[in-house]
Amino acid sequence: MARVSASKTATAARRSGSEEGPVPDREQLLAYYRSMLLIRRFEERAGQLYGMGLIGGFCHLYIGQEAIAVGMHAAQRAGDQVITGYREHGHMLAAGVSPRSVMAELTGRAAGVAKGKGGSMHMFDAERGFYGGHGIVGAQVSLGTGLALANRYRNDGKVAFVYFGDGAANQGQVYESFNMAELWRLPVVYVIENNQYAMGTSVERSSSETHLFRRGASFNIPGEEVDGMDVLAVREAGLRAAAHARSGKGPYLLEMKTYRYRGHSMSDPGKYRTREEIDEVRKTRDPIEHLQERLAREGAVDEAATRAMDAEIKEAVADAAEFARTAPEPDASELMTEIYVEAAV
Amino acid sequence: MTDILMPALSPTMEEGKLAKWLVKVGDKVRSGDVIAEIETDKATMEVEAADEGIVEAILAPEGAEGVKVNSVIARLQGGGAQPAATAPAEGAVQVAIAATAAASSPATPPPASLAAETPSGPTVRLSVRDSLRDAMAEEMRRDPSVFLMGEEVAQYQGAYKVSRGLLEEFGPARVIDTPITEHGFAGLGVGAAMAGLKPIVEFMTFNFAMQAIDQIINSAAKTHYMSGGQISCPIVFRGPNGAAARVAAQHSQDYAAWYAHVPGLKVVAPYDGADAKGLLKSAIRDPNPVVFLEHEMLYGHEFDVPASDEWLVPLGSARIHRQGADVTLVAYSRMVGVALAAADLLAAQGIEAEVIDLRTLRPLDHGTVVASVVKTHRLVTVEEGWGPMGVGAEVAARVVADAFDFLDAPPERVSQADTPLPYAANLEALALPTAESVVAAALKACYR
Repeated sequence: MARVSASKTATAARRSGSEEGPVPDREQLLAYYRSMLLIRRFEERAGQLYGMGLIGGFCHLYIGQEAIAVGMHAAQRAGDQVITGYREHGHMLAAGVSPRSVMAELTGRAAGVAKGKGGSMHMFDAERGFYGGHGIVGAQVSLGTGLALANRYRNDGKVAFVYFGDGAANQGQVYESFNMAELWRLPVVYVIENNQYAMGTSVERSSSETHLFRRGASFNIPGEEVDGMDVLAVREAGLRAAAHARSGKGPYLLEMKTYRYRGHSMSDPGKYRTREEIDEVRKTRDPIEHLQERLAREGAVDEAATRAMDAEIKEAVADAAEFARTAPEPDASELMTEIYVEAAV
Repeated sequence: MTDILMPALSPTMEEGKLAKWLVKVGDKVRSGDVIAEIETDKATMEVEAADEGIVEAILAPEGAEGVKVNSVIARLQGGGAQPAATAPAEGAVQVAIAATAAASSPATPPPASLAAETPSGPTVRLSVRDSLRDAMAEEMRRDPSVFLMGEEVAQYQGAYKVSRGLLEEFGPARVIDTPITEHGFAGLGVGAAMAGLKPIVEFMTFNFAMQAIDQIINSAAKTHYMSGGQISCPIVFRGPNGAAARVAAQHSQDYAAWYAHVPGLKVVAPYDGADAKGLLKSAIRDPNPVVFLEHEMLYGHEFDVPASDEWLVPLGSARIHRQGADVTLVAYSRMVGVALAAADLLAAQGIEAEVIDLRTLRPLDHGTVVASVVKTHRLVTVEEGWGPMGVGAEVAARVVADAFDFLDAPPERVSQADTPLPYAANLEALALPTAESVVAAALKACYR
């Protein structure tokens, strides 16, 4: 995949090997597979619940992009922070948040991860360093750079992982943030999830420079293009980027080439692309099948084991859906709470 | 013969110190020669001659303080008849500089505050500018997670010199010069606050904060609620707000009503130095996002300020600046000075006005206003911003709701004219509330 370094902009070079991290063992590979499958099944069920009217408002599914959340999570350390936009269900699940509390947030229940006050686009888990879940395209890039500023201020060795899409990549504040991040050598990894379409507008129709990994070049931020449908390629690139940021060299930019199978949101008729285009990606680049084939090829897992895992995940998702359907809504008294932090000055 | 006049070196400058003469009587000067150095409360600046001639007399001696803008400081023999001195274009603000401030917006001298509301204990005479600086310095000494970021806050010592000396004391890690990138650095500040630091984000003026208003409202104000209480945002956004002098529409706007509209934000707009200091310290300690609206025209005004490091004014409490039984004047920020001046004029007509400084606009200390109207039966609100959907509208609506039976007249609102603020001196003066317009509104409320 192509990459651009601080000194050599627009240099394309093939990368192979993984000098930064040990090759993942069988258990790790299985864990990645399991995590991606959980996201896929969870999102499929979320789509169903939306159709049933149990989930309201906007709902953006992560189906097709699973390898990014899972592969990048594998490159993170405890204490690192994550922040992203509104397509965040998968990121929460990859970070280990329980399917029940994510699904219950989607249905607006008190047991939801944000007590039902945030919904699909605004989920947070402070304990896991998950800072949202932001509904304004591009805002998370400045906020995430601020998390990195705090890391730098405290010199605590943490890295902020900031995700955004190809659409957000055209927002001005992204570049304001790039400038300060490099200027102050902030420990931040920027991950562009380039799923080719900002709502209905393709990258080609929206971007004068379509190689988004080059977007940091004028700030001297190194960038590389990564196959975002390959969880191991994602993990490797993530480790490289994290090592760069953690060592005090400043920000690093990864462009993940990926694809979303579903519409931008549940209300997107998808007239801007063909069914054939989607089927082609599913058939040839699907991140889950890709890893499954590899596991089978290496004899890491037999069909029975895969089937057992599928069944277990199906069960977990069904449990989450049932929980989210039946759990109580927030108490009316919650309406006026948590507007301000109540603390004595 | 040509008079050299004391130049205005910033839009709000009213007087300055003649720090140094670089010419003496008998010297020949040409236009462009630096002839003197003048110290304002913001900076020391060089003055160039605009005409040729021989220095005939120096009328403001070296070291003279309080030299009024447009007073004659020297005289040249020969040359043209035009006023001579102009300032080099190095104003401390991003606006057109060297406006001749003398004609417009005569400063309202700060009337004496009501003794009952003034702090006990030893005080020092301080400008509002230095009161704000001291508040930040004390809080930064007290809490290592407090830091300041913004344009020109460090090496330049602050565009309005509010952060003077902070870089020297706290170093570049805690006093951070940002690029001109409001949207970006406001977002960084909010992110750092979410991570547990306590940033003070300075906007050179709140006019530029419109570039960042999405981060202030959508990110800072709403995240605590949206996260079900998991994430908080202890941040202060501060800087000058409202009309300066002759900087026209894009640099003259009062944002109090904009921010006070938003749940999740606290909004503060102090008038005098003691409040500026005590409220800013409280704002920095507050665990919520606080929009702290200062006023450029007040930066240079001096007040008695408590010397204590623990002088805190709680957010959400109004202050009665002057007691009176006949009409209640409600104001905030610089308009408190206008209301106090109006109260003096009304007193001369036998009307005793009670002047309330709201100090905090969200949460609003409604109780103090209602209690006053219950006593006076008449309400006049004064704000520098536009009237429609404004602070006065909110105060009046709440008074009507809670003290309807006590009102003897409909509430009166005094505000900026419903127009972008004009540049021309006469039009600008017409657009902004004055003591006279407040008096007129009060007389109307009193059926006089």
